[in-house]
Amino acid sequence: MEEQKAQAYWQENIRTIMQLMVVWFVASYGCGVLFVDLLDTIAFGGFKLGFWFAQQGSIYVFLILIFVYAKRMNAIDEKYDVHE
Amino acid sequence: MELQSLIYLFVGASFALYIGIAIWAKAGSTSDFYVAGGGVSPVANGMATAADWMSAASFISLAGIVSLLGRDSGAYLMGWTGGYVLLAMLLAPYLRKFGKFTVPDFVGDRYYSDVARTVAVICVIFVSFTYVAGQMRGVGIVFSRFLQVDINTGVILGMGIVFVYAVLGGMKGITYTQVAQYCVLIVAYTIPAIFLSLQVTGDFLPQIGFGGTIEFAFDNGVREIPAGTYVLHALDQSFKDLGFSIPYTEGRAGVWDTFLLTVALMCGTAGLPHVIVRFFTVPRVRDARISAGWALLFIALLYTVCPAVGAFGRLNVIKNLQNNDYATWTQECTADQRAEVDAMIAQGIDTARMPCRGQWFATWENSGLIGWMDKNGDGKIQVANGAAFEGKPTFDGDARGPSGERVLTNTPLPAPAGQAIENEVYVDRDIIVLANPEIAALPNWVIALIAAGGLAAALSTAAGLLLVISSSISHDLLGRVMFKDPETGRSKLTDGQELMAARIAAACAIGVAGYLGINPPGFVAQVVAFAFGLAAASFFPVIINGVFDKRMNKEGAIAGMLVGLSVTFIYIVLNVFVDKSGTFKVFSIEATGIGTIGMVIHFIVAYVVSRATAEPPQEIQEMVESIRIPRGAGAATAH
Repeated sequence: MEEQKAQAYWQENIRTIMQLMVVWFVASYGCGVLFVDLLDTIAFGGFKLGFWFAQQGSIYVFLILIFVYAKRMNAIDEKYDVHE
Repeated sequence: MELQSLIYLFVGASFALYIGIAIWAKAGSTSDFYVAGGGVSPVANGMATAADWMSAASFISLAGIVSLLGRDSGAYLMGWTGGYVLLAMLLAPYLRKFGKFTVPDFVGDRYYSDVARTVAVICVIFVSFTYVAGQMRGVGIVFSRFLQVDINTGVILGMGIVFVYAVLGGMKGITYTQVAQYCVLIVAYTIPAIFLSLQVTGDFLPQIGFGGTIEFAFDNGVREIPAGTYVLHALDQSFKDLGFSIPYTEGRAGVWDTFLLTVALMCGTAGLPHVIVRFFTVPRVRDARISAGWALLFIALLYTVCPAVGAFGRLNVIKNLQNNDYATWTQECTADQRAEVDAMIAQGIDTARMPCRGQWFATWENSGLIGWMDKNGDGKIQVANGAAFEGKPTFDGDARGPSGERVLTNTPLPAPAGQAIENEVYVDRDIIVLANPEIAALPNWVIALIAAGGLAAALSTAAGLLLVISSSISHDLLGRVMFKDPETGRSKLTDGQELMAARIAAACAIGVAGYLGINPPGFVAQVVAFAFGLAAASFFPVIINGVFDKRMNKEGAIAGMLVGLSVTFIYIVLNVFVDKSGTFKVFSIEATGIGTIGMVIHFIVAYVVSRATAEPPQEIQEMVESIRIPRGAGAATAH
């Protein structure tokens, strides 16, 4: 039983990581590198959108992701009763 | 107060603060020395990590690099911040739960092998020394620029300061001095940036001003750019007018190169030992996760301001220099002129091009970071695409030209064919940060603050690296390999002996780093690719496998590390050192991006080898189970 619980906890952690990593990849490698020229055709205030992602936006997204991960994991820790 | 006295005051006061903290936080045990006793709050650890991470190069040169590369610099901005997401999710919490002192500790225990441990120690030492050489040089350069001492004297002074708080206080001393150093450096960076943003765009936040509109119309030499134009549009238009082939907001580097470089920098960041060990100092697993968030927040304060500073700096070079009369612009101000300028600034009028406002240009020309060659003899400065002359400025002693400028002995270069305006200026990239307070007409104490900030950035990074080097020698090499008791597998050294060994190792490491700072190897710029590439190809994958792949065994880990490292190492050596023109390439991969390839090869080799050999012992598999679960993370221990 304990083992199953640990297994389920780990699966949920992996799932959370995967979801957030998709956002991480899209915001940096997607918007800032791979599709930057495409996004640059869109104006975002005084910025081109791709340029903004490469120099500003991706960093804000990274920040939000870490805080979201920390918050979600705290909840998952409690749910499986493995918190400190 | 006079500028020089203010600089002495600010730098002296900040040093007194650091040494005071070191004495207060003296390390009493190896646990204090290696991981600050494991009781650092996540916010304080975040600040310390930020100071540890941001070096003299981040503080002084990054904005200049950004302004030079335009959009292509995004790889650095994203690479050096995105790694913290990987740290928070994939490394920091599990390593904290593992609860030992160093990265080789994890590698050696998880892969139940002293060979793996020794390979890891060698990597730590190599990566950290390549990195620290540049830092000590940075300390020397900041000292020499602001305190008017010789670079070597500067390096020795810096060694002295680091010696006191790293050897005495260990990780505990370093952590709390880094918190103070972070505060000094971030204030020093953002205050001039805010004033610059206000002056250029009227927006308080540089991040907003970056996308804002310019307050004052200016003539870029070809056309008038009206007030109210977006900063980036003004830059792009001026680039086009002045013959630059690519506007500021467009990229030159290929998508593939940018992609590989960004991956290498991100995974390298997450795999750098001096960053990883910072997460051993917090009390709990949940603190390790959130602490990575705080670290990135404190880093982002500088990294989101930096590209704005770069763009404003580039714009100011065109706006304030173009067709400005050198002699009147750079003359000494009379008291009347000074009062007039101050009054106009108070009314919100642009004074940057007025007589006597360009003294900063002459000041930095005197220190050799700016050079002006009046190629068309009109007494006015022209800026455009292309180098004004060959190489860095070399001056004909103190000789002065017709306008009062320093005479250059460089060979002039003609403007590219078909370009109307010929560039006459050399501006070192560091000027973008160093000259900001003067360009923005800020009081002298702000310049003094920049000096203290640059030193804080250089010293904090050097100290963090030196600590990692000393602990991998005293703890991993001496304690866990050379003086290992074969029966118990534990160190034969007492805690007190190991602490003494750690202090001696730290002192020796400072000596070596100082030597490298005074006699820098001629390839300091290139070794950055080394440090990140090797970290990405070794530590990052070996730790990920150790946590996420229970079936990974010592054979796979050792094979992966050796192959990943060799590929990266040999490629960089062939590309950068053997074939100096950088034409040696396989699949047109740049040396800066090879760490990514090394990492992928590491993952593949480790997987294949581990599946072909016996699975790891039961107790190791249980250990992996246990590091995945937060509960039960005690303080970091030696055994």
